Amino acid sequence: MSTLAKQDRALPRLSSRGADIGAGGRTSYLATGLLLIGAAYCLLPVAWVLIASTKNRAELFSTDTFAPSAHLWDNIVALTQFSDGVYWRWMFNTAIYAGGGALLSVGVSALSGYALAKYEFRGKRAIFTTLLAGVLVPGVILAIPQYFLFAKFGLINTYWSIILPQIVTPYGIYLGRIYSAAAVPNDIIEAARTDGAKDFFIFRRIAIPLMLPGLVTIFLFQFVGIWNNFMLPYIMLGNDKLYPLTVGLYTLLNQGSSVPALYTLVITGALLSIIPLIALFLTLQRYWRVDLSAGALK
Amino acid sequence: MLAPAIILFVLFLAAPIAYTVFLSFQKLEISGLGLGPGATKPVWAGFSNYVSALSDPSFLQSAIRILIYGAILVPSMLLLALLFALLLDSRRSRSRGFSRVAIFLPYAVPAVVASLIWGFLYLPSVSPFYDIAGQLGWKNPPALLAGELVIFAIANIALWGGIGFNMVVMYTALKSIPTELYEAARLDGASEVQIALRVKVPMIVPSIIMTAIFAMISTLQVFNEPTTLRPISNAISSTFTPLMTVYRDALTRNDIYSASAASVAIAVVTFALSFGFLRLIQRGAFSQES
Repeated sequence: MSTLAKQDRALPRLSSRGADIGAGGRTSYLATGLLLIGAAYCLLPVAWVLIASTKNRAELFSTDTFAPSAHLWDNIVALTQFSDGVYWRWMFNTAIYAGGGALLSVGVSALSGYALAKYEFRGKRAIFTTLLAGVLVPGVILAIPQYFLFAKFGLINTYWSIILPQIVTPYGIYLGRIYSAAAVPNDIIEAARTDGAKDFFIFRRIAIPLMLPGLVTIFLFQFVGIWNNFMLPYIMLGNDKLYPLTVGLYTLLNQGSSVPALYTLVITGALLSIIPLIALFLTLQRYWRVDLSAGALK
Repeated sequence: MLAPAIILFVLFLAAPIAYTVFLSFQKLEISGLGLGPGATKPVWAGFSNYVSALSDPSFLQSAIRILIYGAILVPSMLLLALLFALLLDSRRSRSRGFSRVAIFLPYAVPAVVASLIWGFLYLPSVSPFYDIAGQLGWKNPPALLAGELVIFAIANIALWGGIGFNMVVMYTALKSIPTELYEAARLDGASEVQIALRVKVPMIVPSIIMTAIFAMISTLQVFNEPTTLRPISNAISSTFTPLMTVYRDALTRNDIYSASAASVAIAVVTFALSFGFLRLIQRGAFSQES
């Protein structure tokens, strides 16, 4: 607090530049302008892909970049017909990987976070620290040894090779511990125990419902993480029927560099691939609370 | 209750790490002509894989490239994220809700798709930038996907995808500051800018440190963006970043031993950087206290 007091004393002297500074509440055009520039920078590529996907092959390379055309539906049909509908197969795979993986991950994170928050046992600190250190392990570097280990057990080129490595997330367990500690009062657990409830019953029927909003946040993080993952499936999968969207679109672009005709398909595919996540973002906005230092401050 | 987490952790985190370290100290010995099964067998190699992997000129070049890339990306991303977080938190800026969603939106776009979209935006035949440059009378704008500029092109993609997430982390931290802290400063006539720089920023230093560490870690691991851009840019080699070199060695050249040594080296550098950075910050914080 002493540093704050010092700052307070220093402030009036510094503000002598303008008498009206600090009136507050008035609109600052500079601040608003900067924010809108940032927003424009972030929206520009999305707007471009939206417009570009309405163009056919010839228009893509000839017409004004931001002049929309009317071929969106044709492009979607062409994409659907491409290689027996493999694009929608990729979409389906991605949903399975991200949805299934995130659900399993939430279960494990909630269970271990709850155990770490509500039980005392030997080696608790060591286990928590070890799990957390996983955050620092370059995640993608794991993918190559995982590939060789999975290959030994014949698991590459399966759904499991994508889902299994992404269930344990240090960040999810960390959040699970914070949410358990904050949302599940010890009194309730004690009361349930005196009534003769078993540990797992308490976890399932009491802790999970109380932690639910926090679990949605963990689910979202993990869902986006798996949805966006490229390297793990890129390494693990050789069969294009199992690809997620990221790897599928990459191979499409790769072919497109020799067959520019595929560019319109790549662009339409890119647009369709970001719609589900953007929809998820806009509908579940209030769950996007990212407090990385919550534990450090309390 | 911890059993599932521990089992999965051991199987999919600890075991692969141990396996990589083990492989990094091995090499294949070829007996006879090296033909037929059993003609090659793995033997103890000591540090020879490390020596050869780390002295490989293309690996060194990729390491330097990644340092330049990080020096461009990390400061600009964190500063912009901080700027936008402070602007969102300022009561004098307008259209905050819209801007927050818009700036966070790229986080929903996978790096591969972002690279793909920006890749098209960099292509002269499709890009709006070249149209605009042409209309403004700029005859020969530089090719963004060629030569040295490609590093900036890739950094811009990561910047685009990363500002929003870091901004939300900092913004969440700003929201948890008690507002009474500003009131005193306001009564003393401090401007919003001064409050931002002298009250708000010091309060969210822990969040800034966390985002800085995560940004540095992901910089060392950059793989998706350059890999995606490779089909449309001649300036990106198969050893453009350290991880791309590891990938090539392990899966294209089937030299898992050298790839493992390089992986371990990257992991060690990552650890050293994050801990070193934390130590540096802590020392700074303590010296301020005394």
